Amino acid sequence: MNNSTPSNPKPNDLHFSSQPVMNHEIQVQLVEITKKIRINIIKIISEAGSGHPGGSLSIAEILAYLYFRAMNIDPLNPEKADRDRFVLSKGHAAPALYSALALRGYFPESSLLSLRKIDSIFQGHPHRLDIPGVEASTGSLGQGLSMACGMALGYKLSGIPANVYAIIGDGESQEGQIWESAMTAGFRNINNLCVFLDYNNLQIDGKVSEIKDITPIKDKWEAFRWHVLEINGHDLFEIEKAVQAFKVQQQKPTLIIANTVKGKGVSFMENNVDFHGKAPNPEETEIALKELRNA
Amino acid sequence: MPKVSLRKTYGQTLLDLGRKDKNIVVMDADLAKSTQTIVFGKEIADRFIDVGLSEQDMVSMAAGLSLTGKTVFASSFCVFLVGRVYDQVRQSVCYNNANVKLIGTHSGLGVGEDGSTHQSLEDIALMRPLPNINIIVPADATETARVIEYVSQHHGPYFVRLTRSNLEQIYDKNYSFELGKGSILRKGHDISVFAIGAMVEKALEAAELLEKESISTAVINMSTLKPLDRQTILDIAKTTRAVISIEDHSVYGGLGSAIAECLSQNHPTKMKIMGIDNKFGRSGSPDELYTHYGLSAKNIVIEAKNILK
Repeated sequence: MNNSTPSNPKPNDLHFSSQPVMNHEIQVQLVEITKKIRINIIKIISEAGSGHPGGSLSIAEILAYLYFRAMNIDPLNPEKADRDRFVLSKGHAAPALYSALALRGYFPESSLLSLRKIDSIFQGHPHRLDIPGVEASTGSLGQGLSMACGMALGYKLSGIPANVYAIIGDGESQEGQIWESAMTAGFRNINNLCVFLDYNNLQIDGKVSEIKDITPIKDKWEAFRWHVLEINGHDLFEIEKAVQAFKVQQQKPTLIIANTVKGKGVSFMENNVDFHGKAPNPEETEIALKELRNA
Repeated sequence: MPKVSLRKTYGQTLLDLGRKDKNIVVMDADLAKSTQTIVFGKEIADRFIDVGLSEQDMVSMAAGLSLTGKTVFASSFCVFLVGRVYDQVRQSVCYNNANVKLIGTHSGLGVGEDGSTHQSLEDIALMRPLPNINIIVPADATETARVIEYVSQHHGPYFVRLTRSNLEQIYDKNYSFELGKGSILRKGHDISVFAIGAMVEKALEAAELLEKESISTAVINMSTLKPLDRQTILDIAKTTRAVISIEDHSVYGGLGSAIAECLSQNHPTKMKIMGIDNKFGRSGSPDELYTHYGLSAKNIVIEAKNILK
């Protein structure tokens, strides 16, 4: 066990407004949080015996950044009216979200080990009514983006200057509803909506580029009148730059194409479609945890 | 008495409510002139969102809007609002227990000349099993207004099934709607007819005809399909010799099924379920269609005599 990691950061410790530039200290803390998210993902999926490690591991940096630096949230007051919100449209990456929420203080980390068990609040896909901090029940792909768009519009109608973030998948981008929603948000200039596309190029049946290629993805979103950025989704500085660009631009919704590696951080899961929806066995778990701790 | 439009009443009621309640947001998917949400949209443009032809997006977005504290009315024809968007209704609205009111203004054969693609005969059957949502089918314009007022004031998902046709006024302006309560329009001791929507006026007409043949007929408007008024169903079944249900909907999974589920488990009763049996609709005027598919006062009389034999 790596004992050098600091205790859980306190709410708002790393919040953007209190420290506008990501200094080395903040970066080190975010890296540690990312690492913990990944370790939790492996531990709890392994304990559950099923789940989706690949697409959970690929969004660890984005979640660490959003929950510990970008969003105005308060785990002690999860329903506060002017909070920023996050919707995990690719709901199968729930272990990553649960981990981030636990680390942020919404519930104890230890409770995560009940993932997918009969008496647990942590279902295979997130349920808003059960889990503090979960803003929308997701799992049926495509719907989370429309819900996030509705929340962002709700804030605008109420004059609340809060932002809504979401993560969609690249496979999910084959759903027609994604493009219905993209057209609505672009047309209506819903500029308080920031969506990450977790572009790891793998879906259950194989490579996204071979099943139904979504390229040219940047052109598509721009054609739907979005402000589009492209980053390395594992680089915290690039994430920060993109989120800052979202926060200053006033016209359009923002789509951040986050180029990621499915299974990131675990050698035998990286770019391996077999770990889209399969738990590691005990031996694999041990190797994975070792790799993550030593990273 | 002149027949009155349910959807015009819906549009006007929405506008009246929207003037008072700033939390109300109205959504449509390019059918605002048909659903009459346009009446709201013309005056309260900032809280009217026409998403265009994107029903899936409309329903999930309605859920998202409601999660920021809005009371959201989303309207379309039932065939699209329920059939086309079923997964969004299930996952975005019901599972989130979102404060979304799904108002289907066109349903069943009552859609008329547009034909089968636009006539939903399955929507009640699809909606009944979904947790959290309540289902209401108003029988006239007055009840429509009271129901829309009711759902605007009560949190959670509601499905309100209207019909395109104008209907006779059953209730006067003093009517007050009670969720989950069947409304006994006429008492009788030989047979009881449970009806919803456009079929209520046909049931009342049939009761007159039956009375002339000395068959005493009770008529109950079961406007709330869910939660079902089991008590009234059982009380009525115990005081009549047989039960008929009639609906502008499939015989599978609708009003008749709901009543049969209740009676068979609590008070087995001779029963006839009248509706559309394993068929699609077709073009024609609503009354022609009702006659073609056997949903007429005359047919209720025939079925009543049959079942009482």
